[in-house]
Amino acid sequence: MANSGTTRARSGQAQRTGRPERTERALGAGAGAAALVALVLGLAVAPPDALQGQPQRLMYVHVPAAWTAYAAFAVVLAAGAAHLLGRPPFWDRLARAAAELGAGMTALALALGVLWGRPVWGVWWTWDPRIVSTAAMLLVYLACLGVRAWPADPRAGARAAAVTGIAGFGVVPVVHFSVLWWPALHQPPSVLRPAGAVPVDPPMLAALAVGVVAFLLAGAWVVTRRVRALDVRPTVPVRVPAGAPAHHGERVPAGSAW
Amino acid sequence: MIRRGGAGRRRLPLLLVVAGAAVFCVLAVSGMGQGLVYYRTPTELAGRAADPAHRLRVAGLVLPGSVREDGGTLRFQLTDGVTRVDVVHRGERAPLFRAGQGAVAEGSLGADGLFHSDRLMLKHSDEYRAQAP
Repeated sequence: MANSGTTRARSGQAQRTGRPERTERALGAGAGAAALVALVLGLAVAPPDALQGQPQRLMYVHVPAAWTAYAAFAVVLAAGAAHLLGRPPFWDRLARAAAELGAGMTALALALGVLWGRPVWGVWWTWDPRIVSTAAMLLVYLACLGVRAWPADPRAGARAAAVTGIAGFGVVPVVHFSVLWWPALHQPPSVLRPAGAVPVDPPMLAALAVGVVAFLLAGAWVVTRRVRALDVRPTVPVRVPAGAPAHHGERVPAGSAW
Repeated sequence: MIRRGGAGRRRLPLLLVVAGAAVFCVLAVSGMGQGLVYYRTPTELAGRAADPAHRLRVAGLVLPGSVREDGGTLRFQLTDGVTRVDVVHRGERAPLFRAGQGAVAEGSLGADGLFHSDRLMLKHSDEYRAQAP
């Protein structure tokens, strides 16, 4: 149990900073570096789209925001399941932090889509299946966050949030495949699609890919910090004293925890 | 009714989400259109009786050579490769609207057999390409 959050960093070097902090710094630095590269690629290297012109560059933040929202929901699903299976409180905090990130990213994807829709589609908003399902995903995220406070008992609230997150994950494939399942104004997927070559020019695809990396790293950074902030009471010893053997196996040594 | 620190305060966020979801469902169902189908193809439209009171959308490619400007009125044909529908559009149009591109027109099928549109949107493909030099 105690080794669940402690063996993530591989280095055995004894340092003044703890492992969670070092992981955080690495994530933050990586996110910043990727964001700088993405800015250069997205604003300077990638050419404007032949049809859409400059507004197409919003894709380099709109799509990463949407994919980060998908990824956050996958974390909500996995961490919620771990919580229901009786894993340590870390997993409940992770599910909560990921749901908060996912709600923000979904709202960001919607807002950027509204900004992009006006110059390209000609309208700010329309009741297209992709837009409707994405707004539904935002509501599911908000329900996931809101249901936690509903019961007086925080443990019951955590279970309700886990169940809502697991059931709510069903909205993710609906959002992604809405443009293939139903008639839609929103264009079909160019990258995460069933088959065929990616119809995106390489410099544009590179800007998109680095943008996705930057968003995912920044998301992981925010979630890591949030999980630590939610951990108001350190319930498990997180530091392995220098010189003590680190836990590497999955099993707790016999006799230590049973 | 809502006591500070009480059940009301704890439950208010989820109640707001549920109320928002209810309003959203009503708007989305009426906004998407009959049968929750966002648009019809010209072929699907061909079998329909004229009904100026019923709003719907039709989507297809803007047939090259069919676009005509006539004062504030834009006339063009949308095609799905099988059937063509004549569209008469009045009002603002998508800035990137042009022949050969996909478009979605919102309006109603008139007794004159024309589709009368007042909301015209550009529908573009999954392709992203640099301008040809």
